[in-house]
Amino acid sequence: MAKVLMKGNEAVGAAAIKAGCRYFFGYPITPQNEVPEYMSKELPKVGGVFLQAESEVAAINMVYGAAGAGARVMTSSSSPGISLKQEGISYIAGAELPCVIVNMMRGGPGLGSIQAAQADYFQATRGGGNGDYRHIVYAPASIQETVDIMMEAFDIADIYRIPVMILGDGMIGQMMEAVEFKEYVPRELPEKDWATSGTKEMKSPRVVNSLYLEPELLQEHNVNLEKKHKIIEEKEVRYEATGIEDAEVVCVAYGTTARVAKNAIDDLAKEGIKVGLIRPITLWPFPHEAFDKINPQAKGLLTIEMSMGQMIDDVKIASNGRWPVAFEGKTGGLVPSSVDVVNAVKKMIGGAK
Amino acid sequence: MDKRLVLITGHYGSGKTEFAVNYAIECSKDHHNVRLADLDIVNPYFRSREREDLLKSFGIRLVGNVNVNVSIELPALPPEIRGAIEDSQSKSVIDVGGDPIGARVLARYSEDIKKQDYDMFLVVNANRPETQNKDAVIKYIKEIEFASKLKITGLVNNTHLLKSTSKEDVYRGHRLVEEVSIETHLPIKYDAAIKKIAEEINSENSDIKVFPITLYMREEWMS
Repeated sequence: MAKVLMKGNEAVGAAAIKAGCRYFFGYPITPQNEVPEYMSKELPKVGGVFLQAESEVAAINMVYGAAGAGARVMTSSSSPGISLKQEGISYIAGAELPCVIVNMMRGGPGLGSIQAAQADYFQATRGGGNGDYRHIVYAPASIQETVDIMMEAFDIADIYRIPVMILGDGMIGQMMEAVEFKEYVPRELPEKDWATSGTKEMKSPRVVNSLYLEPELLQEHNVNLEKKHKIIEEKEVRYEATGIEDAEVVCVAYGTTARVAKNAIDDLAKEGIKVGLIRPITLWPFPHEAFDKINPQAKGLLTIEMSMGQMIDDVKIASNGRWPVAFEGKTGGLVPSSVDVVNAVKKMIGGAK
Repeated sequence: MDKRLVLITGHYGSGKTEFAVNYAIECSKDHHNVRLADLDIVNPYFRSREREDLLKSFGIRLVGNVNVNVSIELPALPPEIRGAIEDSQSKSVIDVGGDPIGARVLARYSEDIKKQDYDMFLVVNANRPETQNKDAVIKYIKEIEFASKLKITGLVNNTHLLKSTSKEDVYRGHRLVEEVSIETHLPIKYDAAIKKIAEEINSENSDIKVFPITLYMREEWMS
């Protein structure tokens, strides 16, 4: 199929429908409004349901219900709206149900701003809900990658019976880029033998729940969840790593800031300074293995974020004391420039004035 | 020669704002009193008001800031827009929000606009999924005219894939707006493309004259 020009938010909707998503429950919030707008227009055409809930809390619980009945379902929001959804996400993870959640991040905390930010890293990777739960977090850096990941996200959610979050930022949502929709090839999926799709009085009722009143049973449930998390950590890590084996400095960045970092790395290469890049595509599970390939003599790692520095903790854990870790970033809705990154790298190698 | 007042409408993503900014800058070469009014109250990202300093450097007055910062979702229109529309000494370019929803804002000014010597362009990007064929473009024309209570007077082929635009994109878009032009009798006012492609086409083909676009709204790291 030929390339078309799409806005990130539209492309999210188009990819979800191509991947078989037929249910969308959400509530408008900038900068992700084109996702519900697109779904409201397109889902009825394919026999799906778009429903604007009365709040984000209602929307995520509708997702919980639809997922429990075995539907392919998603929701989307932006930072403060995702905060409201945290309780539901914990319930969905606890009940082991598949769903896809899109967060086009904006400035925070609180209402913050409507401009792009990456300040929900803690929330996305550590969870804003209660309990020993995890969910997969993908952080695409282009509209094409957003589309490709969206197409797979529903299958991944089904395979592991876990919420999958697509963590973009306002730029990824609002930016236009050329995209190509590749033919979607579904994976082999396990039967949804847990879905509350009706017994027809032929079998015993299925129950979707996250309540375990007996401590031993809840402990067993948590142990099982953790086993699942370990399998995901082994199998589903994704990242892009370039030029890290002989780098003087390695940048670590995801999403929009990874794009800025690449520009800076090209500029630095022209000056003869070798800088590598680790771009986590999954933020959880975090690509620890990538760091083992970094030049042991590298002068340090530079984390670049549109926040005050949240991923920096994971980078330090992955570095495990092997390299000093520095931070460069902007917040409040501002995007760092490649000049900012170039200067930060030069400071690390002692070349700055 | 375009009219004194030029309204730029189209599907969102067609490149209205880039065209409007480039067009206003081109106008500033011949006019001392150019105003660019940002009427986009639909989308709070990538609006012409983000480029106020650039426009100022060309002597262009930006109308659209409601005295607050650029990134606010406030469906409020500054009173100076009336001035841009009615001042007979002003060469005014109005960057309208995308889609019929964005064009609806014009309806509020439609009676004043009709009294002026005006053009209303529809910017078309054949690479946008919803404006890829003649009927789809004509549907947009009708919907935008209905919402704005004004008539489109000309077509702009702005078929692009951002920095990866090819000559073929421009030619394909030209063929599309030609089809629309034949059916609607609207003239093709401009073919527009990024500078490199515009220069290539202009040097090899004398049938169309491509208006060169500098991507003022795209950051260096964007594709």
